[in-house]
Amino acid sequence: MTKIIVLLKDIVDLNEIKIDPSTRQPRTEGLKRRISDVDKRALEAAIRLKEKNDGEIAALSMGSDKTRTAMLEALAIGADSLYIVNDSGLAGVDALVTSKVLKAAVEKIGGYDLILCGEMTLDSLSAQVGPRLAELLGLPQVTYVKQMDLEDGKLRAVRDLEDVDEVVEVELPAVVSVVREINEARIPSLMSIMRAKKKPTEEWDASALGLSAEEMRAGSSIEVVKLEAPLVERKRIVIEAETVEEAAAKLADAIISEGVMEA
Amino acid sequence: MTGKTVVAYSEDRELGLQILSKGREISDKLGAKLNALVLGEKIIDPKEYITHGADRVLIVEDPALGSFAVETYRGVVLDALKDVDLEVLLIGATKRGKELAARVAAALDTGCMTECIEIDVDEEGRLLGERLTYGGSVISSQVSTRKPHIATIPPRTFKKAEPSPREGEISVLDVDIQDRRMKVVESREKARGDAGLAEAPIVVSAGRGFKDEADLKLLEELAETLGAKVGCSRPIAADLGWMEEWIGISGYKISPKLYIACGISGTIQHAAGIRDAQIIVSVNNQEGANIHEISDYSIVGDIYTVIPALTKALKERMK
Ligand SMILES: Cc1cc2nc3c(=O)[nH]c(=O)nc-3n(C[C@H](O)[C@H](O)[C@H](O)COP(=O)(O)OP(=O)(O)OC[C@H]3O[C@@H](n4cnc5c(N)ncnc54)[C@H](O)[C@@H]3O)c2cc1C
Ligand SMILES: Nc1ncnc2c1ncn2[C@@H]1O[C@H](COP(=O)(O)O)[C@@H](O)[C@H]1O
Repeated sequence: MTKIIVLLKDIVDLNEIKIDPSTRQPRTEGLKRRISDVDKRALEAAIRLKEKNDGEIAALSMGSDKTRTAMLEALAIGADSLYIVNDSGLAGVDALVTSKVLKAAVEKIGGYDLILCGEMTLDSLSAQVGPRLAELLGLPQVTYVKQMDLEDGKLRAVRDLEDVDEVVEVELPAVVSVVREINEARIPSLMSIMRAKKKPTEEWDASALGLSAEEMRAGSSIEVVKLEAPLVERKRIVIEAETVEEAAAKLADAIISEGVMEA
Repeated sequence: MTGKTVVAYSEDRELGLQILSKGREISDKLGAKLNALVLGEKIIDPKEYITHGADRVLIVEDPALGSFAVETYRGVVLDALKDVDLEVLLIGATKRGKELAARVAAALDTGCMTECIEIDVDEEGRLLGERLTYGGSVISSQVSTRKPHIATIPPRTFKKAEPSPREGEISVLDVDIQDRRMKVVESREKARGDAGLAEAPIVVSAGRGFKDEADLKLLEELAETLGAKVGCSRPIAADLGWMEEWIGISGYKISPKLYIACGISGTIQHAAGIRDAQIIVSVNNQEGANIHEISDYSIVGDIYTVIPALTKALKERMK
């Protein structure tokens, strides 16, 4: 029996973010939150390991009041249980503190063989939580995994690096981060969404993990000073014509008139 | 203890030199010494780091460092820096660099700013960083409030300095090499074509609208007509393996005069790589596709008919 903890973060749908034209600030209020794409693939990877090797999957997320709704999808896709850390005192902390809180939660869940996470979350793009957690837990880390399997308590994985695909082996427990290319996450059926609501879910605040939210917060070291979307004006001209040839001719003229083709 | 120190490291030598140029600026502002950390089996020409800006080169040479393993490297970095009054640690943001930086930051109980596209220090000596967030659509200006400050820097963010005849110190360190638990069974070299995307004035690019690898011929003909380089979206390279390098937040960020996106939907991650293009042109058969929103000129149409027609029209006009 392999026990897998999958780390999932809920984020807003990035394609729905509107930029305030006067302040250039991203507006994220009121947007629906979903599990970050790569994280969902980490969960899918866990499910495939479980299907082959038998096991148990616990989903863990540190989030907000909205996290429970977003994480129902994890239970519907195939997580067996869900643990949420929700403490308003921890809102906006950096990767350093997030990792410490997740470490405490992972230890409270206990008995794991494998911790799976995404290469990075699509909102913060920080790519830190996996390696940080490995350091805090004193475990080996296997990052950027695009393929993996379990054999006699050992993990065999293919890591996707810039210059090589690295085939590696490691004894469990270990922290593994996956890339987008590892799989395509399944879409839950209506039935499984119904069943998801009955699966065990626990919600913890900082003190339930033996931590003080104030102390944790004070330990945060990276502060965001300003968020600003760069201003890029595009002409957004849609070329229309009766025939493809005419459209192509108009486009060719437009490109040439821009003077972007001189060497 | 040494005096105030800024340390730059990358396992990619070229990137290491690029970081040194920015590291020099930061060190001068902080009144700190700039150290280049160099790890490997056999270090050649360490003086190059000095002529590119370092005051000192910290060398750890060991057969166990012949190939990068994060557990081993992490221990070596921590050991090599234990007697250093570390203000700032800059690490090259390759995949290996990023996993190393995060792990070292955790060990030092400090923050880390991933993939900074700009860095500076404020009056209090704190490190300021600018980095992309929200999939690449927003620039986040951040401050690291506690030393040691750690940031990773992507390739080609800063230009390496012109070498100058500088004096500096070379120190060979003796550190404990710890064993690694993750064993590498096999290392399969990737075909790594430098497609020349970074510098190309014109780039034409393929997305999932292409049904078959052989169909890329259409795009190659367009590229030839324009004297352009051919790029693609991430799935074309990473899922299908039709090309090696892609354009976007996790690939090449390019700034050509002309970018032509064919059969690309224009997700936020792709858009982040072409923001600095002067003119963006798109061909996509779906009216509501986001790529049209971020283009100067677009045709809502089938790439299989539009691309050949465009190639022909351009050829006629360029005679
Ligand atoms: C961590 C992370 C990092 C990422 N980084 C990047 C990155 O750097 N770069 C990147 O590109 N992606 C990146 N992605 C992936 C990104 O989210 C999208 O999956 C990808 O950009 C989509 O590629 P596409 O536009 O080719 O495919 P799709 O989104 O499938 O779009 C194909 C488009 O082609 C159109 N089409 C289909 N047939 C035709 C036809 N015959 N004629 C004309 N049009 C047609 C369709 O209308 C559609 O709009 C990343 C994802 C993650 C999770
Ligand atoms: N708040 C969180 N709760 C649970 N998992 C997280 C959280 N933040 C990050 N992770 C996990 O860590 C991975 C890397 O995140 P990041 O370091 O934020 O890019 C993500 O893909 C998740 O799997």
